[in-house]
Amino acid sequence: MAHTTDIVGRGNRDGAALFQKWFAELNQTAETGGQAAYIFVMGSMAELLRVFDLPIVMPEINSLQTAVRRVAHEYLNQAEDYGYSPDICGYVKADVAVQLRHGEHPMGRIPPPSLAVLTNACNTYIKWAEIWERMYHIPIFTLDVPGTRARGKQTWPGEPDFENDRRYVLAQVKELITVCERLTGKTFDIDRLRENLDHANVMSRGWRRVLELNQSTPSVFNALTDGTIYLGVSNGFRGTPEGAKYFEDLVEEMEFKAAQGIGTMTDEKYRLLFVGVPCYPIFRRFNELFSEWGGTFVNSTYLWFAAGGVSQGYEYDLSRPLESFAEGVLIYVRNAMDSMFYQEKALAELIEPFHVDGVVYHPIKSCRTVSTGLADNRRALMASHDIASLFIESDMMDRRVVSEAQLKNRTDAFFEGLASRRLAAAR
Amino acid sequence: MTELIFHEWQNRSLDDAIYECRELFEDTTFPTVKRWRERGGKVVGHFQVNFPEEIVHAAGLLPFKVRGAPIEAVHSDSRFGSYLCSILKTSLELALSNTVPLEMFVTHPICDAARNLAAVWGRNVSYPCQILYLPQNPNSPYSVIYLRGEYGRLKRSIEEISGETITHNALRNSIAVFNQNRLLIRELYEIKKNTPWLISADEAYVLVALAGLIPREEHNKLLLTLLPQIRARRTQTQDKVRVVFEGGFCEQPPLDLIRAIARSCYVVDDDLLIGLRWLLEDVSPYGDPLFNLAEAYLEKSSYSPVQHDLRKPKRKMLLERIRNARAEAAIITAAKMCEPGLEEQVAYTRALDKAGIPYFVGEFEESMTSFDSVEIQLETFVENILFS
Repeated sequence: MAHTTDIVGRGNRDGAALFQKWFAELNQTAETGGQAAYIFVMGSMAELLRVFDLPIVMPEINSLQTAVRRVAHEYLNQAEDYGYSPDICGYVKADVAVQLRHGEHPMGRIPPPSLAVLTNACNTYIKWAEIWERMYHIPIFTLDVPGTRARGKQTWPGEPDFENDRRYVLAQVKELITVCERLTGKTFDIDRLRENLDHANVMSRGWRRVLELNQSTPSVFNALTDGTIYLGVSNGFRGTPEGAKYFEDLVEEMEFKAAQGIGTMTDEKYRLLFVGVPCYPIFRRFNELFSEWGGTFVNSTYLWFAAGGVSQGYEYDLSRPLESFAEGVLIYVRNAMDSMFYQEKALAELIEPFHVDGVVYHPIKSCRTVSTGLADNRRALMASHDIASLFIESDMMDRRVVSEAQLKNRTDAFFEGLASRRLAAAR
Repeated sequence: MTELIFHEWQNRSLDDAIYECRELFEDTTFPTVKRWRERGGKVVGHFQVNFPEEIVHAAGLLPFKVRGAPIEAVHSDSRFGSYLCSILKTSLELALSNTVPLEMFVTHPICDAARNLAAVWGRNVSYPCQILYLPQNPNSPYSVIYLRGEYGRLKRSIEEISGETITHNALRNSIAVFNQNRLLIRELYEIKKNTPWLISADEAYVLVALAGLIPREEHNKLLLTLLPQIRARRTQTQDKVRVVFEGGFCEQPPLDLIRAIARSCYVVDDDLLIGLRWLLEDVSPYGDPLFNLAEAYLEKSSYSPVQHDLRKPKRKMLLERIRNARAEAAIITAAKMCEPGLEEQVAYTRALDKAGIPYFVGEFEESMTSFDSVEIQLETFVENILFS
């Protein structure tokens, strides 16, 4: 029988330790001049790249770490001095500065890329990789994953349009294998891929279960703060035994908390959904704007799309690893994109089971992929459901566009509104 | 014979005809679309940059190039966040204000903002809205087969709108019409390049832009009539710098900005409305028309910041454009908040620095109305080149 002190908070402790380990390994790779693959959270292809023992670097995570550690402005300034506009993605600019500093980063030294693999889930990925191509003349591989063509018009295996997409993704996966073989000098081993897919399956199952468990009252984790730690492990350790074990443990922790009625905060008053990307420059304070009112985030679209869509729980068929991998990439990367463009239906479906009191939309200047449609999404959700919502804009990197006073003003008014609604409902 | 949708230019002098073209281009009520609809025609709107208009044309529908407009986003502003380019908002405004009624809208994953459009439009209008997923990995040998399939999917969607099957013969006929159109536009650009004093940048721009507003057969007729007249113009050469203008692939600079540039420069090549000139050669009329269109998109095409192709590094393509046009300098612009354009500016300017080619960097917005400051800066830039 697990002891409360051992199990509660384990996900956060182990997540932090795994992160330290990951960055320590990257530091070592940088020091020894080893190869590294630069990848992104939506369609990382980590399961495949690990077959070739390529250490993975996730520049989005490197960049957000500079914001969390409150040094992002130094990196942004350097990239802007180099020529990049204040109006482009802050992640890109922070990474440009990391490269200009030969990998210098608050968590250690980041190795330069030997290969970059990206999907089209975010167009900025493509422009970003082109920067590395110009800087390092490395191979860059764009894995093109066609998304949902129209609202409510997803296609599935067996349908002609899905099959056209699936064949395209599979052909590209095979082309990527050739690129990796050429780069590393290693032959592709399908059994290692099968093992990695098996680990990823455990993780996907766990991720889905963890999200479900937050239907508990009180909620067992905060999707904005704790969830970001889980997300980091999901991305950095996908396809590994450590990642699989982490999520098995996390499910155990959350099931334990749910069974014991242990919440993420002592006095949970309002249960919220978060839509968008966190405000990393004031990460803790941003959450306090809600937690001080007894508000906690029970789910978040960030945990869907920034996990590459694996929250959907797609599991690979290990009897046909390559084909299933291609199919999985197509389905979950598409899911990540849908979580950004077409999320109103998915949000609406959470309101009842998660006992949601309000939805917080947080579009950011840096990311147009996520932010462009949020105002319209909010309109659609409010038109179809009687649910309170808050729309606040800031940034994930650039503190120049983060106004804490304005955010607090809006947040306070939102909670006063929630309190009034509750009073009115009680009468 | 049926009267032309755009007939005002007929039987006029060259200058008067161009004046009428400009009037049509600047009319934000889009009268030619209205006339088409009054005759019972249907319209498919397609967002920038490139779109296989032949498929819409073969169905007997009007392909309408959705490229925003210098209008106020009265209805659409509340549908978007703050840090976005103008073209997104004004394009949706045309739909929400019912200025341009459509039967279908198609966008493309050209950038992070535009790929949201199918979802945003789809929530706000009653007609079908979709994304055409043009390949972002043209370096995959399989991409042409994929795109053939994607064009087939689009064709089926359009058939649902038109209620008619699009035959191979109809597609071949449309390919022929568009091949002729591309040839004529190439001829116009040859005039710009070889004898830029015969046609100003703003005149050439308007003539090309009308392709997105009227039936393509009419556009062919317009260019077939006007090009010989332009060649026969008796205009003196002036002491202007030959420049390439880059940055007009999606949101369009105001016509007055192009006119301001033309006052001190010969714009000998550009990427304005590059989608209309995306295919550089004729599309084969033989065999499978959809495959031919797909192959042409991937293998016989121009470049822009929103298409990634390892065979066409943008900075090298720009230098080639400058060389081919015998330009002395470049004007490197981007629409405000246009992420791909702003990112590419860095690559462009560094390549130009390395090549020792002078350049002028700026930003624009389709609704900007003051050009004095830009014009003065540009004149200074030009004088520096002329007197260096």
